[in-house]
Amino acid sequence: MSGGSFYQRDRRWHPPAYDPGYKTSVTRSPQKALIALDNTLSEMTGPVFGHDTLGPLDDDMILNFAKDGEPIGQRIIVHGRVLDEDARPVPGALIEVWQANAGGRYRHKKESYLAPLDPNFGGCGRTISGPDGSYRFRTIKPGPYPWPNGPNDWRPAHIHFSIFGQGFAQRLITQMYFEGDPLIWLCPIVSTIPDKAAIERLIAPLDMANTVPMDARAYKFDIVLRGRRSTLFENRMEGN
Amino acid sequence: MVQSLDRLKESPSQTAGPYVHIGCTPNYCGIEQVFPEDLGSRMLKEETRGERIRIVGRVFDGVGTPLKDALVEVWQADAAGLYPSPQETRGKADPAFTGFGRSAGDMATGEFVFETIKPGSVPFKDGRPQAPHVTLWIVARGINIGLHTRLYFGDEGAANEADPILARIEHRSRVATLIAPKTVEGGIATYRHDIFLQGEKETIFFDI
Ligand SMILES: [Fe+3]
Repeated sequence: MSGGSFYQRDRRWHPPAYDPGYKTSVTRSPQKALIALDNTLSEMTGPVFGHDTLGPLDDDMILNFAKDGEPIGQRIIVHGRVLDEDARPVPGALIEVWQANAGGRYRHKKESYLAPLDPNFGGCGRTISGPDGSYRFRTIKPGPYPWPNGPNDWRPAHIHFSIFGQGFAQRLITQMYFEGDPLIWLCPIVSTIPDKAAIERLIAPLDMANTVPMDARAYKFDIVLRGRRSTLFENRMEGN
Repeated sequence: MVQSLDRLKESPSQTAGPYVHIGCTPNYCGIEQVFPEDLGSRMLKEETRGERIRIVGRVFDGVGTPLKDALVEVWQADAAGLYPSPQETRGKADPAFTGFGRSAGDMATGEFVFETIKPGSVPFKDGRPQAPHVTLWIVARGINIGLHTRLYFGDEGAANEADPILARIEHRSRVATLIAPKTVEGGIATYRHDIFLQGEKETIFFDI
């Protein structure tokens, strides 16, 4: 495993901190320039989570909160690979996911949308990528929901993803959207991403080859984390 | 035309949103049947080596209101300055220390808390020692891409003076935003570290 510093993050590809279309970002965006920090071990290393961290139902949101039946909604499988910018698989990546239920309602004290809670759906799951970077989990397709930003803003259906790579510099939180959802192109949070091609990287296509017939459809979502330099030719000054 | 580098672009970031706790600290937000405990909620065991410390603070927005929906993560070396990571080649880190912590801000006050140990010194790229520090990563609703910063310890004056990263910061008055003063609360060394997203006291955030 090469353990060098990470490729510089392309900040123009990511959403800027400040975007007045997403109102909450206005007072939560740093206004001074970020200070460049050459990766040290503190950034090149990161926590490692073994498969023993996981319980047997962690990757199955259909069953991991089920009480007296299974949750209502469209049964889906989300699968894909975690890769780095050199298209190398990232094994051992912990992926945590969370989402609203089929009606668009979150299980959270601060949630105020009138769609009902589903007693059999918790809305959180996690998994770890395999040796080839692949991962999968099973869930219910989340519903879209309204949110207080503009007077009539709706989030497209989405699943939140938190990913740990091999170095803390790769830490990433993002969201997955579903192919064909017209709300994607109306959403102020999606629109914080400046480049249409970058947005499309977060839209998972329907993957009919991987459905389970008469049970669940599949969506394919690949995740790319930052790549890293080979340590071979890295400049090291005298004295270490 | 030239050959292609065949690089992929990193997946773009999106905000963690107001419900990040459902996925990252579900037990804390009342979803208690799914995972036995929240990831990063315990950094220490009884046998962990090092001086017990507590890191506490709040994250403030540009109008001085503490965020009540932030999620703060820390990553740090053990008491000997070693990271529990396969990339660590200088020795074996304390197996009783995870190095990773995660704290949801208190829903009423916004305060985050880490019970940890004081890290040892980790070398800079050129081998010089860095002052002991903790890496922090902050996400919340309204934060479009996670913010990286560091905490240095207020009682490490000489080490902080010599730290190669702190030394590079051009606006010297901002260095203090990375240094947490030490107090003793309930008999335990406590470093109080408030983070300011904007304004005169804006914390230094790093492009790492
Ligand atoms: Fe959401």
